[in-house]
Amino acid sequence: MDHSEYLQQLVRQQWLIPFFPLVAAAIQSLLKRPARKPSAALTIVAMGLSCLFALRAFFATIGGGEHHDVERAVFNFTWFRFGTTSLDIGFILDPLTAGMAAMVAFVGFWIFVNATGYMADDENFTRFFCFLSLFAASMLGLVIANNLLLLFMCWELVGLCSYLLIGFWYFKPSAAAAMKKAFITTRIGDVGFLLGIVMLYWKTGTLNLYTHDALHPGALEQVSALALRSGWWGLSAASTIALLVFIGAMGKSAQFPLHVWLPDAMEGPTPVSALIHAATMVAAGVFMVGRMYPLFTADRGSWVMDFVMWVGCITAVFAATIAVAQFDIKRVLAYSTCSQLGYMVMALGAGSLVGGQFHLLTHAFFKALLFLGSGCVIIGTHHEQDMRKMGGLRKYMPITFWCYLIGMLALSGVPPFAGFFSKDEILLATFHRNKYAWGAATFAAFLTAFYMTRQMFMVFAGTWRGGRPEDYPHSKHAEAHGQATEAHEDHGGEPHEVSWNMWLPIAVLSLFSIGLGFFGHNYGEYLGAEAGGSEEGKAVVMGASLAVVALGLLLGWAIYGRKKMEKATDPDPLLGALRGVFIFLNNKWYIDELYAATVYRFTATCGIFFRLVDKLVVDGILHAIAWTAWAISQAFRWVGDEFFINGGFDTGCETVQLGGEELSKLQNGRIQNYFRVLSLGAAILLLIYFFT
Amino acid sequence: MSIPLSSYLMLSAFLFAIGLCGALSRKNAIIVLIGIEIMFNAGILNLMAFWHYKYITMPTAYMFAIFAIAIAAAESAIALALVIAVYRFYKSVTLDEMTDLKG
Repeated sequence: MDHSEYLQQLVRQQWLIPFFPLVAAAIQSLLKRPARKPSAALTIVAMGLSCLFALRAFFATIGGGEHHDVERAVFNFTWFRFGTTSLDIGFILDPLTAGMAAMVAFVGFWIFVNATGYMADDENFTRFFCFLSLFAASMLGLVIANNLLLLFMCWELVGLCSYLLIGFWYFKPSAAAAMKKAFITTRIGDVGFLLGIVMLYWKTGTLNLYTHDALHPGALEQVSALALRSGWWGLSAASTIALLVFIGAMGKSAQFPLHVWLPDAMEGPTPVSALIHAATMVAAGVFMVGRMYPLFTADRGSWVMDFVMWVGCITAVFAATIAVAQFDIKRVLAYSTCSQLGYMVMALGAGSLVGGQFHLLTHAFFKALLFLGSGCVIIGTHHEQDMRKMGGLRKYMPITFWCYLIGMLALSGVPPFAGFFSKDEILLATFHRNKYAWGAATFAAFLTAFYMTRQMFMVFAGTWRGGRPEDYPHSKHAEAHGQATEAHEDHGGEPHEVSWNMWLPIAVLSLFSIGLGFFGHNYGEYLGAEAGGSEEGKAVVMGASLAVVALGLLLGWAIYGRKKMEKATDPDPLLGALRGVFIFLNNKWYIDELYAATVYRFTATCGIFFRLVDKLVVDGILHAIAWTAWAISQAFRWVGDEFFINGGFDTGCETVQLGGEELSKLQNGRIQNYFRVLSLGAAILLLIYFFT
Repeated sequence: MSIPLSSYLMLSAFLFAIGLCGALSRKNAIIVLIGIEIMFNAGILNLMAFWHYKYITMPTAYMFAIFAIAIAAAESAIALALVIAVYRFYKSVTLDEMTDLKG
């Protein structure tokens, strides 16, 4: 069979990829609470199946790389029709989709496996897995969408699921606040996205991205025409739409200044954090920009690409500085995700689709690894998240330690781990586009290496600073405790290694975090990037990035490695050296406070003002109208209703009643009387007949 | 020697009046029933008189008359049964005492 025919056949089955998790979610919503095993099994089997289908699609797209054009199969169909208008939805199978779907399904699968261990004690186990399945299904749906309508629906579903999962422990007020914050913040971005979609529909008349049909071209097949038409703010239509769509991606992918929800999303269970930060939620924004990339590049002269790049660059540096001064193990990772997303967006803005998407893939693997690893740490230390109260975990949790180390090296960009290659690609692209942005990004790479080293030393090196063994007499057999099978009910006490279903996923992911980087070049060809690109300056970029990473690692070792923290109450070494800066960073640049003082206060003031307007003006008018109506109705009541209508009606009723009483006298029960009346009537009729 | 139609009709009307008078004025239910039967027969006589003078070539009227007589017989049987049932209930056949249907 011809290869493109094969792809055509496969694209018709793309719906199977999100189908299995969706069905699993539907079934689980009906399961009862105690049905833990069936629920977990169902989720994992469904995810495994969709992973198989995603991998099949992925390998199919790899196969046909003989000619340089990107092979893209689409399948559109009419969803429903009203009047002469019809709404289409469709699926797509191209390298971008296939790679992403394979990653989401694969990483998601291992996160689910890990979640069975992390959530083992939770009583709402089935609800959790129901949401997880739905989350994965909506993300996979987003990835395979060839239509902005389907894409937007899945986009919102992803937002909904993240809302539900961040607030999974909704009885904690902080979780309830975090879920609202995530939902509302991303919603601000969604307004931009929706505007972009509407504008795209207005300008092109279709929501399909690709149709491969010259008569009804898809939206992305009309970009060259769009680039010539004018939009708003002096931009071409294509750039305007790109800008609007990018605002949606800023909300979803937590770009400055809409990043505030991402760190708070740590309130959710750790597998959810892993899923949000690696495979689903934040990846959606970057993926969507990649999907709409022809719009961004259509008009070379516009400032939209620079805007994208600078937003990414600012986010990358800004979030990395905050991560330096955090103490919560997950919060450090959260800000590092924010920073890495900044990298991806910066790469897209610098014109390197491959760099952005490749970093998205590699980052998904090692960030999922790091988050699941931190989940293992949290479980192993009996729900401790403060890094100051950890330490020395290398001895207690060797498997977690080694996997975490790999993830940390990959994130820092140490060769030959995956992060090095993808980050290098981004830095190179930025170098060609703008030297200042490149400098800032290199500085962020330095910070990344530094804060990850800090985290490693605080968590795994030194001695255990949490509960001391002597504080817990029952844990004298500390060595035996390390065998991970100990029941988990004795909260507090010695940390221990986690069970196999928690460490196996991170072990698998760490394999990929090592190996994936070598495929960067292949991935570039696979996505159909212009072959080669400019290799000029590669030595400078790579040398600089290696130097700063080494510097970061060394500095981290010098500050946190040489002299270990002894007690949990010891101040952070940086606090002594850079007191003001550290506190400033620890408080996240006071962005939340800034929002509270500006956006929130402004909104609240508006609220009070409008309430006053409502009370005085609107209510006044309403009350005046109501009073008038009431007075008129009173008048009508007395004159019209009481007198005419009631009077007339009552009289009528009385008359009828009287008549009835009189007539009922006729019916006296004597049959002959009836007969007499009958005869009389007949006689009268006869007389009338005769004499007329 | 022919008897005119009007004679039959007058006889019929006379019978009807007798029946009506009996049905209206007597108290005994059986007498009332007899009055009704007389009125019935006045009607049939009327029918036959008209047939004989106007439509003698058609045999249909016979059939009607026989039907009517048969139905009258059945009806009077039912009526007598009712009278017996009424008698069992009231221990009387005086119609004036039966006023339970009073409105």
